[in-house]
Amino acid sequence: MRLAKLGIITLAISTAVAGFAQEVKSITGAGATFPYPIYSKWAYEYQKVTGVGLNYQSIGSGGGIQQIKNKTVDFGASDAPRKGEELSERGQIQFPMVMGGVVPVVNIDGVKPNEMKLSNEVLAEIYLGQVTKWNDPKIVALNPGLSLPSSDITVVHRADGSGTTWIFTNFLDKVSKAWHDRVGSDTAVSWPVGLGGKGNEGVASYVKQVPGAIGYVEYAYAKQNNLTTLQLKNRAGNFVKPEAAAFQAAAANADWQKADHFYVVLTDQPGAASWPIAGATFIIIYKDQTKPATGKAVLKFFDWCYHNGGSMAESLDYIPMPQNVVSLVEKTWKSEVKGSDGKPVWP
Amino acid sequence: MQGPSDNIVEGGSSGRDGTSAVPPRALQRRRPSAWADPLFRYATAAFACLVLLLVAAMAAVLYERGQLSIRTFGLGFLWSSEWDPVRGLFGALPAMYGTVASSLIAIAIATPVALGVAIFLTEMAPQALARPVGLAIEMLAAIPSIIYGMWGLFVFAPFLANHVEPFLKKIGGSTPFFQGPPMGIGMLPAALILAVMILPFIASVMRDLFSLVPAMSKESAYGVGATTWEMVRSVVIPQTRTGIIGAIFLGLGRALGETMAVTFVIGNTHQISASLLAPGCTIASTLANEFSEAVSDMHVSSLIEMGFVLFLITTVILASAKILLWRIESRIRGR
Repeated sequence: MRLAKLGIITLAISTAVAGFAQEVKSITGAGATFPYPIYSKWAYEYQKVTGVGLNYQSIGSGGGIQQIKNKTVDFGASDAPRKGEELSERGQIQFPMVMGGVVPVVNIDGVKPNEMKLSNEVLAEIYLGQVTKWNDPKIVALNPGLSLPSSDITVVHRADGSGTTWIFTNFLDKVSKAWHDRVGSDTAVSWPVGLGGKGNEGVASYVKQVPGAIGYVEYAYAKQNNLTTLQLKNRAGNFVKPEAAAFQAAAANADWQKADHFYVVLTDQPGAASWPIAGATFIIIYKDQTKPATGKAVLKFFDWCYHNGGSMAESLDYIPMPQNVVSLVEKTWKSEVKGSDGKPVWP
Repeated sequence: MQGPSDNIVEGGSSGRDGTSAVPPRALQRRRPSAWADPLFRYATAAFACLVLLLVAAMAAVLYERGQLSIRTFGLGFLWSSEWDPVRGLFGALPAMYGTVASSLIAIAIATPVALGVAIFLTEMAPQALARPVGLAIEMLAAIPSIIYGMWGLFVFAPFLANHVEPFLKKIGGSTPFFQGPPMGIGMLPAALILAVMILPFIASVMRDLFSLVPAMSKESAYGVGATTWEMVRSVVIPQTRTGIIGAIFLGLGRALGETMAVTFVIGNTHQISASLLAPGCTIASTLANEFSEAVSDMHVSSLIEMGFVLFLITTVILASAKILLWRIESRIRGR
């Protein structure tokens, strides 16, 4: 009995102390679906170490941008970088968190993973609906020795707006003038042909089920679902396979230093081994942190991820940010993200 | 203003000219009804008004939030096939077409099947079979639509692509209705899934209707030598006609707004194609796909206006159903 009483008193005191210190016990974020697996992995490990939890809603990049605009979350996440003017106007900053690759996948009888080669032009023509058969002379010319069926090409794309679509169409926009003139690049576009699947998993299952289909997904989905990936011709003129080293090569050439507000797109990058369709995913926060304790908790979490999350990211097929970019981001935090007293909230 | 006791005297002794000053015991017990009755009336009226208010508020909010798109595109929104988020051009025609077409095909498939099920259950099935089958049909109605969607995508679509659609192409490949590769994804699969989803609603309402037809009329038909089909055609269906139409419109209403199952299998493409094998989209599927990821104000506003259009389509169809029912009823009465 006495022991129980003591316990209650101790509990009461400790809660009071905890309340007094105003510790932030959880941070909230919303946005991109592509980095959701790694964010939740990081959050799980981080909570074990520090006790601070992350509540991340993977509602999509567009949703993340809206939510941070309305200040309903502590940070927003987007696969498509935001333009500098928009960020300055809203008093926000963005920084890259992790990188990944987008890969075309196909379902053709007798074609094994990474066996088939496509050039950027032909990929664009397929998505424009100009190349419609798998044994089109343009595809055959790229793949001597591969027996291709005469079946129809079924183009599959994302039906929902998506950062993946943004990266993919940004690539097509860069490499094909016809695509640039007719379609353009955004999180959702007016597709000339094809089926729309909902989410990466929707595209993956359409491609799996429709013979002769071609789609594009985040690399992790292609790997986990054993989808048939392709080799693509990069800017240097080499055919490359989609794998971590090729994504890393694409990332290595990016010039983050000069980029305005970290606006870097990793499509069609130079470099002999670069995979042509890669991208970073971004975090958006407000410069003026009206609740500095929360702002500090958010930045502390991401700083921890930069320094401790690299191997976790690699294990899930993401590419961690290189050290020099992390230093740049930390410098930006120090100079830009401030509490109401004008002092940086972190470190 | 009358006092409560006056009220009781009046109400309780209306047949006795109000002669007794003290109401009898039995009437005294009814004292609370003086305020309970009006309270009950106002409360129920308030609930009813609440529903009306809710509907009006929803329509108003959709209309108001869709203003940007309504003002920019005007009525052209309703017959433009453009859907280009990059250039900020939006039109609802493909989605409107998809919504109406998929629902009508679904109704066309589900109605005869539901009619057959209902006739079998009420007129022909032995009691031991009628109960479990009836229960199974009601269970179909309880399955969440996302389950139908997943089943549609992973089980039904490959089956259609490998077996049904090649056959349809073989027999109808020369018509515009069966053009394009058999993918198992598109307008026809969506309509078939919808048909399965609305079947239990139509069937169970029809079954209940049919079982209400007096046994006397049925027996009379049999008595003059009618077969079961003749009896159903000339006795059961004419007697329950308005109810049957009501059941069909109940199914139609559900099909129009169905979202997840359709999103999975319709292919989500903003195009109008005569081919049933080609992908399309519906208003509800477009909203489900694009709303969370719409960034530009125009895109969001266009989606909301599309929601408003769906609201109008549903209202128009339900209203025309009511008018149809009134016509039939008055014709029957006029006879």
